[in-house]
Amino acid sequence: MVSSGAAAVASDTGAPADNFPSKLEIRNLTIRYGHTVALRGVNLAVREHEIFGIIGPANAGKTSLLKAINRMDVFTSGMKVDGEIRFNGRDTSRLSNVYALRSRIGVVFPLPVGLPMTVYDNVALSPRLRGIKSKADLDVIVQRCLTRAALWDEVKDRLHALGSLLSGGQQQRLTIARALSQEPDLLMLDEFSIAVDPVTTMRIEDVLKELRQEVTILLVTNLVQQARRLADRTAFFLNGECVEVGVTEDLFTGEVKDQRTRDYVEGRFG
Amino acid sequence: MATANPTMFQASDLNQHNERVQRRYQLLFGLMTLLLITPVLLILGTLVVKGGGAISWEFLLTAPTDGMRTGGVFPALLGTIWLVTVALLLSVPIGVFAAIYLSEYAGDNWFTRMINLAIINLAGVPSIVHALFGLGAFVLFFRFGTSILAASLTLAVMTMPVVIVATRESLQAVPQAFREACWNMGATRWQTIRRVVLPNSITGILTGVILEVSRTAGETAPIMFTGAVFFTPFLPQSVFDQTMALSLHLFVAATQVPGMAEEIPFGVALVLIALVLTMNSVSIAFRMWLRGKKKW
Repeated sequence: MVSSGAAAVASDTGAPADNFPSKLEIRNLTIRYGHTVALRGVNLAVREHEIFGIIGPANAGKTSLLKAINRMDVFTSGMKVDGEIRFNGRDTSRLSNVYALRSRIGVVFPLPVGLPMTVYDNVALSPRLRGIKSKADLDVIVQRCLTRAALWDEVKDRLHALGSLLSGGQQQRLTIARALSQEPDLLMLDEFSIAVDPVTTMRIEDVLKELRQEVTILLVTNLVQQARRLADRTAFFLNGECVEVGVTEDLFTGEVKDQRTRDYVEGRFG
Repeated sequence: MATANPTMFQASDLNQHNERVQRRYQLLFGLMTLLLITPVLLILGTLVVKGGGAISWEFLLTAPTDGMRTGGVFPALLGTIWLVTVALLLSVPIGVFAAIYLSEYAGDNWFTRMINLAIINLAGVPSIVHALFGLGAFVLFFRFGTSILAASLTLAVMTMPVVIVATRESLQAVPQAFREACWNMGATRWQTIRRVVLPNSITGILTGVILEVSRTAGETAPIMFTGAVFFTPFLPQSVFDQTMALSLHLFVAATQVPGMAEEIPFGVALVLIALVLTMNSVSIAFRMWLRGKKKW
């Protein structure tokens, strides 16, 4: 899964290399909830069109990182973000229009959130929020996004049935289709396979491999093998700290800088 | 293949005990439910038996005559519809919008907690206190006089907490994950409310409104000092007129008029209950229609 380009900078520490434009740069990021520190001094950079994996046990601060990237801190009482997050080169803490930022970032949650509206409306919601009204345009977007999320064939005859009536795996693909309908620059997936059967997981993984051509993907996963299958580079988070960032294959073949990373990927970890 | 232990599925003493206890509790809960609906059925039955004879088109559509001993209830019926409608027009928008603000916009701080406490306390204030407040504020201070407007304002103030609490509860019943999914794709708070939160809470909000209708139509004390009169030969022409009302009419007919035929007060009560049930049915039908539209 390692592209030759990524392998060429195997000594990468997360700082952006000059020949790779960074989609997302995170510098010295600290996130606090009241007095609890969820993330401490994290530095990493996600390159355009790569799948960047984040692995680590619970309470590592992975989800908090995604929240901070999408500027969801304003909706979370007590959440305080320090440090710098640059998306497409812009410091997101200084954006006046956070809605535009969020609309360029698609998010998929651990548990599928099929909004209680029809399948069609679920996927058409984001385009409608952007002001697209024409039925013909919406039809095209809905079909394209459902197709790319590998769901079209299963729901094309019940587009107007309630989205929350789909099975768990279908709902998760619906969520992905909804995220794609935002035409995102960056797709963030937070442990998407927790409530999904293995077959659907594989289908979604195939979808992600194809999507890499078009969007940058940030994949948070608690399955280290999933990171190995998909991610070009992977970061290991532990207790609010980014222990290590490296080319994914290196982490698995033992080329690690920190013993804790090796212990975690080899499953020798509480 | 493992040999089945023959006693494996036999009920043990503990199983039997648990089953007996479970039955006892089920019976208790069932009896309480029965106890709950008994007074409702008794009241409705009494009203129909004793007041049914009074009901006729003439009773509904004419004014009382001979010091209310004969004739109908039309001015009171019309007055109650006026009072309820105006009170709803005032309290539903204010109550629902305030609840949306409190639930969807306001943060959780000492100020909003104080507002919530005030709302709960307001709901607990006896109606006679609201009546005196309405008299002081609307009739005298704002100089609306005893009028439909003053009475409806009093009713609105009194029932607004019910609307706010019911609305807020149905808003909060919408899972937070729905809101977050919507915010995450770049929707504003209002877009999220409009597209996701309201469509999924509107039936609960309507339930609050239905409750309010029933309460408003039956209240007597708050309108007695503020806009309802025992008897007026005129039908109200605007919100600045006084009016008769079914609840007050019932009170008068039942207690204040010597030589009243027994069936008249029962008939008035029956009309009042029928009016409330009709209004409720309309809201319930509307709710079902909304639900059908949502394909739930």
